[in-house]
Amino acid sequence: MDFPFLWQTVQTLSAGIPLTLLLATLSVSIGVVIAITIAATRLWGPRALQQAAKFYVFVFRGTPLLVQMFLIYYGLGQFEAVRSSFLWPVLREPFWCAILALSLNTGAYGSEIVRGGLQSVGHGQREAAMACGMSPWLAFRRIVLPQAVRQALPAYGNELILLCKATSLASMITLMEITGLAAKLISDTYRVIEVFAAAGAIYLAINFVLTRLVAFADHRLTAHLRPVATGKPAPDTRLTGAKP
Amino acid sequence: MTSPAIRLRGLRKSFGANEVLRGVDLEARQGEVVSILGSSGSGKSTMLRCINLLETPSGGEVWIGDERIELVTDRAGRAKPVDPVKVQKLRARVGMVFQSFNLWSHKTVLENVMEAPIHVLGRSKAEAKDEALSFLDKVGIAAKRDAYPAQLSGGQQQRAAIARALAMHPDVMLFDEPTSALDPELVGEVLRVMRGLAEEGRTMLVVTHEMGFARDVSNRVVFLHEGQIDCEGSPAELFGGGGSDRFQRFATT
Repeated sequence: MDFPFLWQTVQTLSAGIPLTLLLATLSVSIGVVIAITIAATRLWGPRALQQAAKFYVFVFRGTPLLVQMFLIYYGLGQFEAVRSSFLWPVLREPFWCAILALSLNTGAYGSEIVRGGLQSVGHGQREAAMACGMSPWLAFRRIVLPQAVRQALPAYGNELILLCKATSLASMITLMEITGLAAKLISDTYRVIEVFAAAGAIYLAINFVLTRLVAFADHRLTAHLRPVATGKPAPDTRLTGAKP
Repeated sequence: MTSPAIRLRGLRKSFGANEVLRGVDLEARQGEVVSILGSSGSGKSTMLRCINLLETPSGGEVWIGDERIELVTDRAGRAKPVDPVKVQKLRARVGMVFQSFNLWSHKTVLENVMEAPIHVLGRSKAEAKDEALSFLDKVGIAAKRDAYPAQLSGGQQQRAAIARALAMHPDVMLFDEPTSALDPELVGEVLRVMRGLAEEGRTMLVVTHEMGFARDVSNRVVFLHEGQIDCEGSPAELFGGGGSDRFQRFATT
């Protein structure tokens, strides 16, 4: 293996890191909002909206992300109505098409994780909030959602890693993020192993930091589940809802 | 004369075909401690939960102070409050203590007590904290203020839950079998706190199986049977043999 070339490749591909991170953070941010909205709709929304939310999750989990991205990038432009709409300046940009596909995709997966988290919060928690005079929205925001987030975080961490890697698909619609730069470099140099090894190493480094961040957040948010100072383990009331 | 703290008239509640409350009339005067007894399934918890609308009554009237909670029937035939915001405001005036404590598990004891005063009553953080500490002190767990609920015994959790209810300065406090989920040796500490509240002249409605509390602390005992009030009276009357035969059998077993 040509190490000087490998090092040079890492430097070349590093130019794509900002775009990869931007794709990931932006679609995670939008995806989280979608996930919470869809999860809440599926649990408490009117019947018709519940069905619509279910269908959305079914479609976006059941089809490949790459297909979704192609459909949005190449497909939407086929319709005159889309081309003449006010959304066209956004939808003709490959960047925004990638964001749209990634957000909708992670939103669908995330909604199932959030739904599990919301369902794990005991009914009594919300009831106690209502009994104190909280509005349904305040009870959701202050009591139910924070507990659901704590519950869902480990599984959501998994989804974040998957999404981070999925940003590589954006290279298929012309975006020059890490994988896009790698593909271009290979077509220039024909050195597949060094280039993809370097690309893989960069993703690995990003995800290493990401897993540390998730673990840190998890640690910060689950103080109430850790053993007490006496060394006696705190009972896991998540499972039983019972008194210790 | 001031109006009663709580007034129920012809209160009915059904779950599907199952009629749990069949017309209950009850009044609790200001400062009165009313114990509600009855075998399981008699509707006593449901009655209590109807008072702060955690269950929506199927019929009858609920008055809190001089305000009546008005209900309408929706198209599906279910009763619901006319004004949900008014219900929220009334709930803020009625403290509730649950059988299973229901402390918010992601918040410390202190945060549990401060939460609603800050976000419902609009108190400042400093003010809420001062008050919360004084209430925690009152129920004897100020030392545990930074612990999370899962790190406390059941008795401590229930006392924290009582402090949480007190922090709202409620006109009335409802206790839904507050000691039923506790180990026997922890029941006493919670009952002592409740006795202290009764002695302060607080209005309390207590669903309980603790005969001792009903007899010694309450001003009035109400015995429910199959969704109706079977008999009621002062503890001296009822426990002195004045209640119905059914109550005598209940009280002696």
